[in-house]
Amino acid sequence: MASSAMVTANQLIIMAELKLFRTWSSCFCLRVVWALDLKGIQYDTIFEDLSNKSSLLLQYNPIYKKVPVLVHNGKPLLESLVILEYIDEIWKQTPLLPEDPSERATARFWAKFGDDKVLPSIWNAFIKQGKDQEEAIVTAQENLGCVERQLTGKKFFNGETIGLVDLAFGWLANLLSVFEEVCGVTLIDHEKFPLLLEWIQNFADAPIIKESWPPRDKLITRYQAFHEVHTSKEAPK
Amino acid sequence: MAKNDVKVLGAWPSPYVMRPRIALNIKSVNYDFLEETFGSKSELLLQSNPVHKKVPVLIHGDKPICESMIIVEYIDEVWTSGPSILPSDPYDRAIQRFWAAYVDEKFFAAMKGLRSAQGEERKAFLDQVTEGLALLEEAFGKCSKGKAFFGGDRIGLLDIAFGSFLGWLKVTEKVNGVKLLDEAKTPGLVKWAERFCADAAVKSVMPETEKLLEVSKVLAAKMKGAPPPKN
Repeated sequence: MASSAMVTANQLIIMAELKLFRTWSSCFCLRVVWALDLKGIQYDTIFEDLSNKSSLLLQYNPIYKKVPVLVHNGKPLLESLVILEYIDEIWKQTPLLPEDPSERATARFWAKFGDDKVLPSIWNAFIKQGKDQEEAIVTAQENLGCVERQLTGKKFFNGETIGLVDLAFGWLANLLSVFEEVCGVTLIDHEKFPLLLEWIQNFADAPIIKESWPPRDKLITRYQAFHEVHTSKEAPK
Repeated sequence: MAKNDVKVLGAWPSPYVMRPRIALNIKSVNYDFLEETFGSKSELLLQSNPVHKKVPVLIHGDKPICESMIIVEYIDEVWTSGPSILPSDPYDRAIQRFWAAYVDEKFFAAMKGLRSAQGEERKAFLDQVTEGLALLEEAFGKCSKGKAFFGGDRIGLLDIAFGSFLGWLKVTEKVNGVKLLDEAKTPGLVKWAERFCADAAVKSVMPETEKLLEVSKVLAAKMKGAPPPKN
């Protein structure tokens, strides 16, 4: 990805051997794409088909066999949030984390909350039906309420500019509306989540970010298929 | 900030609570340990960790920091005059963070499953735990590079993440009548475990296995008396 960021000769050497294994749709991979693009770092992309994983991917990530994998000078880095911290430590321009230790701890806390609680609860609301879905929606909205409060007085979770937490929650800015359309449920509305909706707009429209969104129609098809598989498996309780 | 303006909210049997305590010991930071009463949550806990309502919480001055490994990294970043908990090389840091996340997500899930599983399920969890330990044995070889700990000469992030589970690992061995850390299969980890538990930063906060066994029995009895889980 080209960028107008200034790079030193040293950085050019470091950049030379940088490869990202990703899929076209994975929100975890998108985090890494955004981090690298925001910092103006050049890299090669290898698109994986997860139903037919390449031998290189399996070699680099034998434990989880998943994407993203970032390979830097032949050394593999795994797990998107770990990769983001690595990128931030090697390439200091456009920092993703603040300098103050307690602000860093807060950022890490919310990124973890997003992955541990918000994403699974929204997925549950997406795949369940009937009473189970109603309960799942309540949980998802409670979690989203915690996130909403973090945006008080801020354009992005990181303040004026996009940071680690924004990238970690990036999936909310495109996948949430896909889920809502596929399962016909509104999870976030203007009354309860005005700040989150504003953040979604700001994030989705931000330069660099908006260049990498996967095609929405392909995402709808993909998640429609997931929805059918899951809702036909789930017996109503 | 006053040196003793540091508090840890916790419970002595919790491996997660051990982690910030070990980190503070490494940095020679004095702190007040505020013990939560088993079965109830203090006002201070509910105020300082309203999202999860869980221990540990580090309170530094008036700032609460939550989530055990996030607290450990915070301690490392604030108290820079003491020995470093994370390595200085970014790739080594990434490796330590990766394995610490593996311990919390995969390994702990398998151990937890093994503790409460019955019959056929037990074997499946036991296999998962054994597999996990084999992976960690390999990781130990690579991270330690022949030295005493995952962190090298001194205890580091991954030592703290994994080592904090050693007490409960021993309880699991006793309750299930199996040897999980084994001189034949995981020789590196066996010796590492001894060194870890004997380390000055760990000794005072690692609970005795017998005491943990008692807690384990109380918890198991509570679970049997509890209503059946929702799903």
